[in-house]
Order: sequence, then C-alpha cells, then structure tokens
Amino acid sequence: MAELNDLKYTTEHEWILIEGDIATVGITAYAAEKLGDIVFVELPKVGSTLAEGTVVGEIESTKSVGELFAPVNGTVVEANEAVSTSPELVNSDPFGEGWLVKVQFTELPELLDLAAYTALTGE
Amino acid sequence: MIENFASRHIGTDATAQAAMLAAVGYDTVEALVTAAVPASIAVSPSARSSIPDAATEHAALAELRALADHNKVNRSMIGLGYYDTITPAVIKRNVLENPSWYTAYTPYQPEISQGRLEAIINFQTMVSDLTGMTTANASMLDEATAVVEGMLLARRASGAESNVFIVDADALPQTRAILANRAEAVGIELVELDIATADLPDAFGIFVQYPGASGRIIDPAPAIAVVKDRGGLAVVAADLLALTLLTSPGELGADVAVGTSQRFGVPMGFGGPHAGYMAVRKGLERQLPGRLVGVSQDAVGHPAYRLTLQAREQHIRREKATSNICTAQVLLAVMASMYAVYHGPQGLKRIALQVRDAAESFAARLTAAGFELENEHYFDTLTVRTPGSAASIVAAARASGILLHQVDADTVRLSFDEVNSQPYSGAAGPSTHDLATAFGMDAGFAAASVIAPGQPKSIPTELERTSDYLTHPVFNTHRSETSMMRYLKYLSDKDYALDRGMIPLGSCTMKLNSATEMESVTWPEFGGIHPFAPAEDVSGYLVMISHLETWLAEVTGYDTVSLQPNAGSQGELSGLLAIRGYHRSRGDAQRTICLIPSSAHGTNAASAVLAGMTVVVVATDVLGNVDLDDLHLKIALHADSLAALMITYPSTHGVYEHEIRAICDSVHDAGGQVYVDGANLNALLGYARFGDFGGDVSHLNLHKTFCIPHGGGGPGVGPVAAKAHLAPFLPGHPMAQSTKHPAFDLHSGREGEFVHAGGPVSAAPYGSPSILPISWAYVRMMGLDGLKAATGAAVLAANYVAVRLRDHYPVLYAGDSGLVAHECVLDLRPLKEATGIDNNDVAKRLVDYGFHAPTMSFPVAGTLMVEPTESEDLAEIDRFIDAMIAIKDEADAVASGVWPTSDNPLVNAPHTAQSVIEGEWDHAYSREQAVYPLRSLISHKYWPPVRRIDNAFGDRNLVCACPPIEAFAD
Repeated sequence: MAELNDLKYTTEHEWILIEGDIATVGITAYAAEKLGDIVFVELPKVGSTLAEGTVVGEIESTKSVGELFAPVNGTVVEANEAVSTSPELVNSDPFGEGWLVKVQFTELPELLDLAAYTALTGE
Repeated sequence: MIENFASRHIGTDATAQAAMLAAVGYDTVEALVTAAVPASIAVSPSARSSIPDAATEHAALAELRALADHNKVNRSMIGLGYYDTITPAVIKRNVLENPSWYTAYTPYQPEISQGRLEAIINFQTMVSDLTGMTTANASMLDEATAVVEGMLLARRASGAESNVFIVDADALPQTRAILANRAEAVGIELVELDIATADLPDAFGIFVQYPGASGRIIDPAPAIAVVKDRGGLAVVAADLLALTLLTSPGELGADVAVGTSQRFGVPMGFGGPHAGYMAVRKGLERQLPGRLVGVSQDAVGHPAYRLTLQAREQHIRREKATSNICTAQVLLAVMASMYAVYHGPQGLKRIALQVRDAAESFAARLTAAGFELENEHYFDTLTVRTPGSAASIVAAARASGILLHQVDADTVRLSFDEVNSQPYSGAAGPSTHDLATAFGMDAGFAAASVIAPGQPKSIPTELERTSDYLTHPVFNTHRSETSMMRYLKYLSDKDYALDRGMIPLGSCTMKLNSATEMESVTWPEFGGIHPFAPAEDVSGYLVMISHLETWLAEVTGYDTVSLQPNAGSQGELSGLLAIRGYHRSRGDAQRTICLIPSSAHGTNAASAVLAGMTVVVVATDVLGNVDLDDLHLKIALHADSLAALMITYPSTHGVYEHEIRAICDSVHDAGGQVYVDGANLNALLGYARFGDFGGDVSHLNLHKTFCIPHGGGGPGVGPVAAKAHLAPFLPGHPMAQSTKHPAFDLHSGREGEFVHAGGPVSAAPYGSPSILPISWAYVRMMGLDGLKAATGAAVLAANYVAVRLRDHYPVLYAGDSGLVAHECVLDLRPLKEATGIDNNDVAKRLVDYGFHAPTMSFPVAGTLMVEPTESEDLAEIDRFIDAMIAIKDEADAVASGVWPTSDNPLVNAPHTAQSVIEGEWDHAYSREQAVYPLRSLISHKYWPPVRRIDNAFGDRNLVCACPPIEAFAD
C-alpha cells in the first residue's frame, strides 16, 4: 500500500501515484466506503487514449454505480486485471491491490494533496 | 341496507376511523384530508359524472357477464405472435387464481420471496435452454418491446460506427411498427429488407424473426455472420414452442434472443398480459434490461435466490440508465415456467409436433387442392396464395367460427396452435373440416394425415434441433397433478404476500385485490380472444375499455386516456412521446429539455432519454419539494428548448406540495408541457385532479390505485391520460379495432371522441385487456363516493402511522399542515447514528415479527417509507406499529449495551426455524427473543426459509439459471 502522503488526489475521489511519466490511478478508501460492496469494475482498454475529466470506466456496487474519471490526459499502459476478476479488492485494499489503471502522461493537471483532499471529505 | 363493496374494500370502519382520527387530532376524515390537500387544488364538483353509482359485487359481476357475452370466442388461426393454448387447470387454479401468487410484490426482499424467485429462475432457465443463450432475464413486457430493448442493447454493446439497424422484412407487423416509433425517437435508422436475399448494409445490429411472420423458416446464420463480422450484434425473436424442434438462436450465432412465452399456457386475453423474454450470450449479462434473478447465499452459506445486478436498473442509474424497463410480467412468467415444468421437454416437444403435423397435414390438403404455398419451410403458419379470393375465404371461415389472417386480396395466412391442432374438435368448436370447407375443399375430408410420401419436410433438415433442453430435474419431476399442486404450494409457502399480512411498501400501494375483481379474469370470453380479432367480435371488450377510459379521464381531470401502455414506465414514455409529437407538430422540434426534480422516480429520467429528450435536474429543498428558485433558473436557462417538466404529485416524499399550481403555470408560461407522474394518485382520488391544477399528461398505475394485483412483479397497466391537445399524439396501433376513443363532457354530459394517432408502444392495441375487468369492477363497485372514501381512509391510515411512530422514529416530511399524504417516511439515520442499527436491519427484523418491510431508502437513503393503504384494518396497522416500536426497543437495547452490536436480534435477522433449533444456541439473546419477540407470534408465525442474503456474493458470482440439486444438500 502506498503512503497516503505521497499520493495526489482529485475531487472525484481518485488517487494518483506519480512515478516518472506513469500515473497509477485508484479510488480512495472514502469513495470505496461510500460505494459499499463493489461487485464489478469496468476499466478502459490498454492502449486507449484518455481525456482528462471524461468518464472512462465504471465501478459498480450492490447499491450504486460510480464513474471512473480520467484524472490526466494520457494513454492506458496497464489495467488491473485482478480487480476485474476480484472487484472486492477495491474495498479491501483501495490504495494497494485495488488500483485500477496506469496511464502514461506528458503533463499533469492541478491535483490535490492529502491535506486538501482530507479537507474535502471532512474525514 | 344493500351490501356495500366499499366497506369490504376499506379496512377501517367508522369506529376504527374515529379512534384513529382522535389520535391524529381531527374530527372527520373530510376535515383531515381537506387540511392536508392544498385548498388551491381541491376539486370542485362537476355537473355530471360518467361514473355510475356503486354497484354491489353481485350486480357488477352480472354486468361484466353481460359485457363478456358480447365477445365472441372464435377459433383463432390469426397467429402473428398470439396463439391459443391450454392453461393446465392445476396452474390456473393454483397460480393465476391464487392470491399467494398474484398478491405478492416484486421480490426486493428476497428472504421472504424464495418461492417466486425459484419460479422465475425456472423461467430464466427455460428461456436460456430453449434459445441456447447463456442468461435470460426475469421477463419483458411483450415481444415487440423486447425487440426494441434488443435494438437498444445492440447499439450500446456494438463497436460498429453505423447508426443503422437492419430489420427483417418478415418480422411481425406490430414489431415493425413499434421499432419504427421507438427508433425515430432516439435517432436510429431502420433498414427493412429480406435477410435471405438482400445485400446487407453496414449496421450496428440486425433483427431476425425466427420463424418469420409469414411462417417462413430460413437459416439466418449467414446474415447474422455478415453483420457480426462488421462489429454488429444479432437480435433474434424466436418462438419458444418452435425451438423445441428448431436449432436455437444461440447455436446460429445470435447475441440476443427475444420473444414471448404466451403460448406456454397463458391465455391470449385480447393482447395480454403475457411474459416477453430476453436472453443474451455470455458477456452481455450486464447489458440486460429489466430484472434478473440470480443465486447467492445466505448468512450461513445456504444457497438463496435474489434479484441480482440491481445497480444496472433505472432507479439507480436514472438518466444514464440504458432502459426504462422496471415492471416485468412475473405472474405470467411463473405460469409459462410452470407449463414447462408440468409438460417437461417431452411434453413440449409433443405439443410442438402436434402443431407442426397439423400444419403439414393441412398444407398437403391445400397443395392437393391446387393452392400454392408461399413458403417451403415452416413450423405452424401457412401463407397461402388465393388469387382474388382471400376475402371470401376469410369470410367463409369466419362464418364457421374460424379467424384467418387476410394478408392482402390474394393471400391468406393461418397458424396452428395447441388448441386448433387437435384433430377432433367436436363440441369444442369448429373443426379442420370447417377450415377445409372455407377453402372450398371437398367435404368428406378425413382427419387422418394426408401427407404424401415424399412431401418435403416442413422443417429443413439442417435446422432440426439436436441439442438438449430442460434437462434440469425441476422440468422432469412434476408430471402428476398431485406433484405439480404440491410443488406450487411448496413454493408459495415460502413467500409473504397480502394473504399473510400487510405489505406497507411506500409508493407501491399494496391494497386489496378483491376476489370479485379477479373473478372474470379467467372467463374464456376475456381470455380466449386474439388481439387482432374483428371489432364486431370484441364489442364487449371495446365497451368495457371505453367505460374505463372515460372513468379514468374523469377522476384525473383529463380529456382522454389510452390503456395501451403495459407498465408505468411505458405510460411515462407514451406521455413524453406525446409531448414530443405535440412540440414537433408546432414546429418546435428544438424543445427537447425535460426538467425532472432530483426527488423523482428513477424511471422518469430513463423514460425521458428514450423519448429523445435531455434531462435537466431541478433541485429539491430539505422537505423534498421542488426548489422554486432553481426551477425558475432552469426554466429561464432553457426557455426556448423547454419540452416538459415531469413532477410527481403528491411528491415522492409523500407530501402535498402547496406550490404545485404555480409550478405548473411557470412551465406553461415558458411554452413547456407538464407531465404529472400519477404514481401517488391514491392520495388524491376524489379530492384533486391532475388536469385541474395544470397537468397536460399523466400516467396512472392501475396496479397501484386501481387494484390490479402486483403479481410478484407484474403485470402492470400504465394508462396515459392527457388533455385534448395531446390526444392526436397518444399511442395508436396499426391493428387497432378502432382509432377512436370516447370523450365525455362533465358539464354538458355530451359524448364525443378523440383519435389517438401516435405510434404504438405495446405489441397489442389495448395493452393487457384481460386484466382490465379488475379495474373496471373496482370503479364500478366503489362509485365516486367509494373512491373518495378510499382516499380518505388511506390518508388517515398514513397519518395515524406517522403520529403513532413519530416518538420512536422521526417522520421526515410533512406538508404545511404538518400532515403527510398517503405514506410517511421514517428516518432511520438517527437510529443508525445512535445504535449502529440501520434500515436494512429493521427491514429484516420485521420479517421475524411477521411483516413485509416498508420501502427502503426511497426517496431518501437510510429511511423506510410506509404506505398502509385504505385496505388494512386497524388491528393490522396497530400490529405493525407495535412491531416497529418493539424493534426500536431492541435497537435501544443494543445502544445501551444489553446486546453487543455484532450479536443481537436485529443484525442477525431474519431467523429461520433451523437457526434456532439446530445445534448449540450461543447468542447474547434468547431463542424466544429471536423468533417470538411478541407472544402473539406463537399462534401465528411466518417462518422465513433463509437467513439474510449476501448481496455482494450474488453480484460477484453471477448464476442466473437453476443451480444443480446438489447445491442444496446440507
């Protein structure tokens, strides 16, 4: 599991781990908790191009459907197949094994740090 | 005093109402409702009424009998998707006429619905087996709308760029008409062609009728392959009976199979209700519209059924939903599945062979007599070239009581079915001999087969079915009537329906479905009628339909009503399509914005999208009322493109909004139309009318306010009622017996008529007529006074519950007068905050107390919405209140530490008999507390068959067909 302070966040309750030009994206524990038991995750295909702010996937729980927004412009280099077969990983380890996609980017938009994100959720 | 039906329908008598009024603080019901309903919308008495004074039950039945006698039951050979069938008496008596099945609700509380969930999973297994697909849903409204859903599914699942959907020119005419209507609204281009011969254009999908409407059987695999190679999907409508002999759509490469299960023991009923079906290949499960039953497990790991993948549905996804399908046809799906259970694979094949043999035999007769058949290969339908004499042949057949289909002046079509293929009809009706005579063939016709040696086989060898179907033990066990009867009892014993106790589901109006109302549903004069029968033969039906249309228009303040929509969602769509047609007729095609308050039913938004509109959400305030500032802002923002506002009245929060008139006016001022969702009409009938306070169009739910039973999740009837200016855009139908609909002027008493000329929304012109006698009888036996009294009793009951429970659970919303309408929302969020016990725990604990839970988390998450209806008596309402108070005490005991948060009667609810009897008891509370928390339960106890069901397990491990018997071994 990543160190929460090392991550960047979005107002859509996603976290981003930056390593070089690769951004690993997941949803936060707060979002996973709000969604409840996650039963299905639909991720963008490897090689597809993402436009920041657009809906690129879905996270479905027993009671609702959350959307996955692209946090950056870029190209999908890897989608987490483990969450496709075991979507409960997003609940059990949202910041670790429950990551969703890795995106190769050239430029980063403005993102939140942990303090700003915590202020947003009020938790 | 004459026996009065209203006093049978309304559960509380004058004494009980006096006690309840005292608790609520009003002197009379009239005073209570007058205080609750805003004075600005109160109905003013009209000079005349179309509704006669209340009839007794006996008299109403006699009138229905007289209407039925004006329907002529012929031997139908019209076909076109509707076939006569024999409902096994054991199924008719134990399902269709049994309140344990027909008064149940949609199985949202799976622990108390295992019986019908098993019956539905049998249906899904039957459909997926016969069609050769992986997963079938829990039924569709009819075949034609299932094809539309198939088209929409193909569009969203296909990778093809094209906007074209190819339609088999040999599709059923009603299907083609509905496809045209629905495709136009969402911008899909249809290309109709002969799929056997034509070059296929690029398309996102293809629709194939198998066998074709003409009876023709061709191998659709090549056409399917062409479309799929280019990234499109193939939707095949297949006849389930034919599939016992024909290669399945799945084996031919179909992605989606659709159709109807009507001919599996469900009467034609002049068009419905019947269960349509949809099944998909692996990988498309999540694209399925409607409901889907899956297997999960309960808290102790026992297999248990539940509705699965609910997050796909419109009530969650709203305007992002891919379908507005909500109600299914559960009661009819149960009947069809039981027909398959009773006959088994061999029995179904025997019936299919009997039908095919009759067709082959008559084909041989026709050929021998010099007639030419259009198709070499067929199953049950013959299209016969009869140059110049089609009309006279059809007339001759009709004279002897046989209905044929005249395709054109030179072509006659006839279909064989389970009933008319029986060789010796004798007293049961016209015979094959009569049929032969109509074609001018010689008398002396022998019933024996005259198939000549060497006559080509009607079913092509390469399409003969070789794969197995219905191999599961459930389809191979119940051959004796005793066994069948007991299986049905075994299932219904697991379920909680209105015959056990109150179902206080808010927004669902689970009122009495009286025996007298149900009585005529199974009369042959209502059941044995083909939807495209000649108008003269259905005059009883047409009169009953005009009565009902007139009465419903009057009580809602509209001018005209269409009974065609088969569910509330289809009524919404019809109403919105009417608004769309109206704007376009005035050159206002740009008016496509539909304003919908955030508190609306999820179907509203889904229906708007399917009517080609764009949804703009209007905020609601903390009381659940429309935020007027936001409304005015959104109207101003979209002034030129405003099509409509969709608003529910009373609001989905169960409150009479005082500003409703002003809201409607501001929409009209901006050129928009007002759609009033009639889901909560039960709080208004006799006191206010949608049309009077500004509605232009509404749908009603006859399965709520007008007593059609919920059937465990359908049938529904969702008529659309509108003002005169929208009449030309209400659903018409190419095969309607009449385009005219009655008009009645409440001031002058003058009668007139409207023409409904919009596109069809249902396969049959009048939707589901065979259940309309239920609503007809209700209005006829209540009269206007009775309907008003029912509203008063419903509003009193809801306010009584609110008053009695508000010290235990906060009542979330009330109008300006401090009163609720016909339902009340109990806020369980403070309880969760204080004790950790949530609304789900309370819902499941109510099962232990012998109740169906109220509506959960609608309109607000973490709440329970209670609607007692007028039909419950005071003792039952008090029993419910006592249970809720006792549960609150239990929750308090958890909060105070008497029981741990992880082990108490609430979080462990519901408790099965097995759970308290078997093994060691090591819980913090006693066995008695678990199952007999009230002493009264000892003599009267409903035992749930399973523990609490694991929702996530079922959604993650999707199994939607009958599990093997071993799964149930302990």
